[in-house]
Amino acid sequence: MPIKTAFKTEIEHVSILDEHGQFDAKLAEGLIPDDDLLALYRHMTVCRHLDEVAFKLQRSGRMGTYPQNMGQEATSLAAAYVLEKTDWLVPCYRENAGLFWRGVPMEYVLLHWMGDERGNAIPRELFCTPLAIPIGTQMLHAAGLAWAAKYRGEKQIACTFFGDGATSEGDFHEAMNFAANLDLPVVFLCQNNFWAISVPGKIQCSAPTLAQRGLAYGMHCVQCDGNDLFAVAKVVKEAAARAREQSRPTFIEAVTYRLGDHTTADDARRYRDQAEVDLWKARDPLIRLRGLLKEKKLWNDSKEAELLEFAEREVAGAVQRAEGIEAPATTEVFDHTFATLDPQILKQRETRRTSSLGQQSGRSASHAPAGGSH
Amino acid sequence: MANLTLVQAINLALVQEMERDDRIILLGEDVGLNGGVFRVTEGLHKRFGGHRVVDSPLAESGIIGTAIGLAMAGLRPIPEIQFEGFLGPAYDQLCSHAARMRTRTRGAFTVPMTVRVPVGGGIHAPELHSDSPEAIYAHQPGMKVVMPASPYDAKGLLLSAIRDPDPVIFFEPKRIYRAFREEVPEDEYTIPIGKARVVCEGDELTMISWGASVIQCMQAIEKSGRSVELIDLRTIYPFDMEAVAASVSKTGRAVVVHEAPRTCGFGAEIATRIMEECFLSLEAPVQRVTGFDTIMPYYKLELEYLPETERIGLAVEETLAY
Repeated sequence: MPIKTAFKTEIEHVSILDEHGQFDAKLAEGLIPDDDLLALYRHMTVCRHLDEVAFKLQRSGRMGTYPQNMGQEATSLAAAYVLEKTDWLVPCYRENAGLFWRGVPMEYVLLHWMGDERGNAIPRELFCTPLAIPIGTQMLHAAGLAWAAKYRGEKQIACTFFGDGATSEGDFHEAMNFAANLDLPVVFLCQNNFWAISVPGKIQCSAPTLAQRGLAYGMHCVQCDGNDLFAVAKVVKEAAARAREQSRPTFIEAVTYRLGDHTTADDARRYRDQAEVDLWKARDPLIRLRGLLKEKKLWNDSKEAELLEFAEREVAGAVQRAEGIEAPATTEVFDHTFATLDPQILKQRETRRTSSLGQQSGRSASHAPAGGSH
Repeated sequence: MANLTLVQAINLALVQEMERDDRIILLGEDVGLNGGVFRVTEGLHKRFGGHRVVDSPLAESGIIGTAIGLAMAGLRPIPEIQFEGFLGPAYDQLCSHAARMRTRTRGAFTVPMTVRVPVGGGIHAPELHSDSPEAIYAHQPGMKVVMPASPYDAKGLLLSAIRDPDPVIFFEPKRIYRAFREEVPEDEYTIPIGKARVVCEGDELTMISWGASVIQCMQAIEKSGRSVELIDLRTIYPFDMEAVAASVSKTGRAVVVHEAPRTCGFGAEIATRIMEECFLSLEAPVQRVTGFDTIMPYYKLELEYLPETERIGLAVEETLAY
């Protein structure tokens, strides 16, 4: 018997606006109107400025550890831009641009990194789940959220974000497998930024692309330039349609780069070459978008100067709101453990300042022996 | 009113609650066509359809993780993990997400989910099918842990668990899945989470247990001929300290019995709380009869490990003689 090919495929790479300013107007047709393009550019600039301010806040002791988003803004923003306002965004922690576009107030994210859970109390009507800290776990929640929409017969879908490192986690594979086999409307959007803290992508995956990980699950998969707002918008739009109309998931590998350190607690100079960083600085999503806008005569230096002033005001306002929030009540430690607190937690809550253990004395009246002397 | 096994009582509770609340989805390995490996979900796939009784891929973290998403979206998922020994892969989803969600979002997102898990030894099962990890989950803030010891309680507690707005792990002691029958009302009733049951009254000693061990305790008490008050905790977290304290204040002696290993077993917590709250009533140290600090043996030796009536009887004698 001859040996036949059992399966063969190709992985597409989508690029519309590249780092040299080459723009494929045909592929971009109908994707992003000029007015929106301006708004998206302005939004990305504000997000970039927030990163700079957040870094300084951390260094000056006004904020805890913070993960800069710098360089990756286009990916989550393009996704949030093309999705419906009622589609779930299920982020990791480097998706500021997408979350703010959806309407999550900037101070929420600041509060989160300022050590305040109120930053996670995202209004339900925004359909954004809170930042997820354990790597790769939130994709399963996206599968469940999408499943709930399907169960209810709603046309809502879920889009979840994660990095290259997360594709090594078991939960990533379980989420992909559940979504594919149970026909769940999920968009898996991997932001391949090349570095999981200090560990390079080759330690996470030996295949030539991350995108092809989707193949193993019988899922449509595609790679795109993650620093290209148009390319991400195109592939997410197609994936969203596939999810909404056919209830099928898609795996997208958006190739981008983490221009900053992993977090403010990291120093990337310990493990990567400046030459590599410089290469990617030239591929910055903001630079190419600004170039396109100038080419379209939609942008100039004075508008840029105005925008930077605007960004400063916006971010300063958010910082002021985050820092100005009243201190959390000390009872907040207890109050959200359960919908109704049990007697033990209530006792700890009541006596937290009056007893060394946060407990009432062992000689409490209710359980004292009846008249015995011991 | 019907005379039901614990398996049948849980099945009845699921049927009735699924009829009442279409937000409930069952998911897990083999829960659909096969009705679960213990047949707890028998007939439900046919009755409610494959969209509500879902055979999931074989992945415990995936089962719990997707159930969390379902719950965050406002549904009432009831995932089943086939055996407690396979709960490990889901630990991260349970403790890093389900239990924390309400606190870390200040109530914006919650996880009203009931995780059903067969638990414990005594049925000659293979490796990792006989453990008792309840203390591990009781130690996780934000999680409730329930373990019925009778068909009647199983139905009433399961309804409370399903209706609870927070995540509940519902451990089902497989040793008594079919060990005996009990009258279980057709009518709806609930047993509140966090309330213990006084199985039999006594004034010489208080015995505290839960799950299948309750049956061993009953036998040991009968054999001892002593006046022992037996408390079936029913809920491990939050546990009913009021009932324990009231009884120990009366008897002055306490024995805690559980299958799980001794060190950091939930008996340690109960003994400490008795010491804190009933110190002046105690006539003897609180005694524990538990599994050993060893790996749960294969089934040839499982009765050597489990707290059987003889060992419980010794504890009664020792504590009364102190």
